[in-house]
Parts: sequence; C-alpha cells; structure tokens
Amino acid sequence: MSQGVQVVGVYVRDHDEALAFYVDKLGFKVHTDVRNGDYRWLTVQHPEQPLFQLGLFVPGPPVLDAATAEDISAIVAKGAMPPLVLAVDDCRAAYEKLRAGGVEFTQEPIERFGNIDAGFRDPSGNGWKMIQTGTQS
Amino acid sequence: MNHRSIKARHQERPRHRARQSPELLRRLLRAKDSIDKASHEAWPVRRLARVSGVSEAHFARSFKDAFGIPPHRYLLTRRIERATALLRETSLSITDVAFQAGWDSLGTFGRTFRDVTGESPGAFRLREKAAMQERQDQMPVCFLKASNRPDLTIAVLEKRRRASKDNNAG
Repeated sequence: MSQGVQVVGVYVRDHDEALAFYVDKLGFKVHTDVRNGDYRWLTVQHPEQPLFQLGLFVPGPPVLDAATAEDISAIVAKGAMPPLVLAVDDCRAAYEKLRAGGVEFTQEPIERFGNIDAGFRDPSGNGWKMIQTGTQS
Repeated sequence: MNHRSIKARHQERPRHRARQSPELLRRLLRAKDSIDKASHEAWPVRRLARVSGVSEAHFARSFKDAFGIPPHRYLLTRRIERATALLRETSLSITDVAFQAGWDSLGTFGRTFRDVTGESPGAFRLREKAAMQERQDQMPVCFLKASNRPDLTIAVLEKRRRASKDNNAG
C-alpha cells in the first residue's frame, strides 16, 4: 500500500514527557525525532502498525502564535480534544499492565455488547479508549 | 418564586471566563474524570477539590469556568446517562437502576429523571429498548453512550419551572 493516512498528530504539553509516556508506558516506538532550531518533528508508531505514525506536537511558535498556542494548551488540558482509540487483543490484560506502569486510567474495563473498553489519558490530557472487539467467541 | 430558583437563574448569567493555566485545567480534569469513573458515588465539593488540588472555596467556580457547567450538575448528567444506559441495556428494576446510578430515593430519581429527559424511567425504557438495537453496530458503544448524555445547560429547578410555566400558558 502506498496511499493512505500516514501521520495524525496529537498536541502534547511537553515532547519528552509525551515520548516517555507513549514509548516507555504504551510500548510505541520512535519513528522520527528531528529538530530544526526550536521546532521538533516527533512521531511514534505502534509496533504492529508500520504504516501509521502518531505525531506528538507541542503547540507554539513558529507554527502557531503564542496566544493560539495558549488556547490549544488549555483545550488539551481540559480533555476537550477528539477521541483516540487504541485497538487491543485483551483489554483487561492491557489494563492491568498499563495501570501497573502508572498510566492514569479514567475508566476500568467494561464489557458492552461483546466488546470490552477502558479509558486512559496521556499526561497532557488526551483521552484514549482502549477497545477489544468481539469477545463473544 | 422561591429562593433556589432565583439562585439557579442567577448562575446562568453569561460571565467572562477567567483564564486558567493548563496545569490547573489538567488538575480540574482529574476531578471531572473522577466523576466519570464513579458517578454513583457521593461527590461533595470537598472530595472533588482534593482530587484537583484546588481549595474548596474556589473549586466550583474553577470547575464551571473550565467546563462550562457546575460540578453538581455535571454529576447529574452522568448519573442520568448511567440510569438511561441501565434502563436501556439491563432488566434491572427501576429501584435498582436508581440506586446503582447514585440516587438514594426512588421518588427523587423518578422526578429528576422526568425533569431532565421529559419522560418517566419506565416510559423511557420501553421506547429506547427497541431503538437501541439498530444503532449499535455503527458506532463504538462507549461513544454512542456519551452522545446520549443529557445536555443540561440550565439548572434542573429552572427547567422544571419553565416546564410548569409552559403548561400553564398552554
């Protein structure tokens, strides 16, 4: 496949903190981490998803003016960014593992209509749902 | 008009929001997440203030500035959402639904539920059980549930007052 969505970004409050979270806690891998002056292009990848990158971007100059960056930081911190979904094979096992690693869970695993979902946040406030589909087998 | 509805109306007056730091907002979000995580539990201001590291005196105002809704009303929306889910998805008795969603009286639950949704818990259950089946294959269920949350932009007392006024007018 050579066409498709390649990078989707989330805003984070601090690159290093986000990197530690997504790599050390969630088990993602760094795909690209390059700088141009103060600007840092940082993307990570799920280990089983080589064609997709999750970009970790800190809002600010030179891309955004300071006031806009401040607004975005507030929106991220109050958890108002759009939903993110992580597909997992075993939601309860992933929950136990991530929680033991210090991930901030907002919802314990719940089974609904054959799926199991749990909720967590990254340090910046981005909310993730972790969903295991089709457990009725 | 009694004191409480005057107060409720006063709360709805548009107000310039204070600028809040991302650090404060992130901590307030933790209080909101706590409500989400266990909306059936009691959430007095003192407990929420402790979760977010804000003084009791400032908590309700800070929460409203951040999320546009007072904490007690946000809690109510989550309890109604939970109650509607239990009514829709389980065969628990209405009494059990009331207690599991966080009410300690069936009467208060029935009255509040009707004020917010416009119908009784029993009528709601009958109507929704049939409709739910068709939607659930098309959207992840957890988001579908969140989209069913009541949009409580006014206080329940105010909503009740307006409804009775409309009835009197009609």
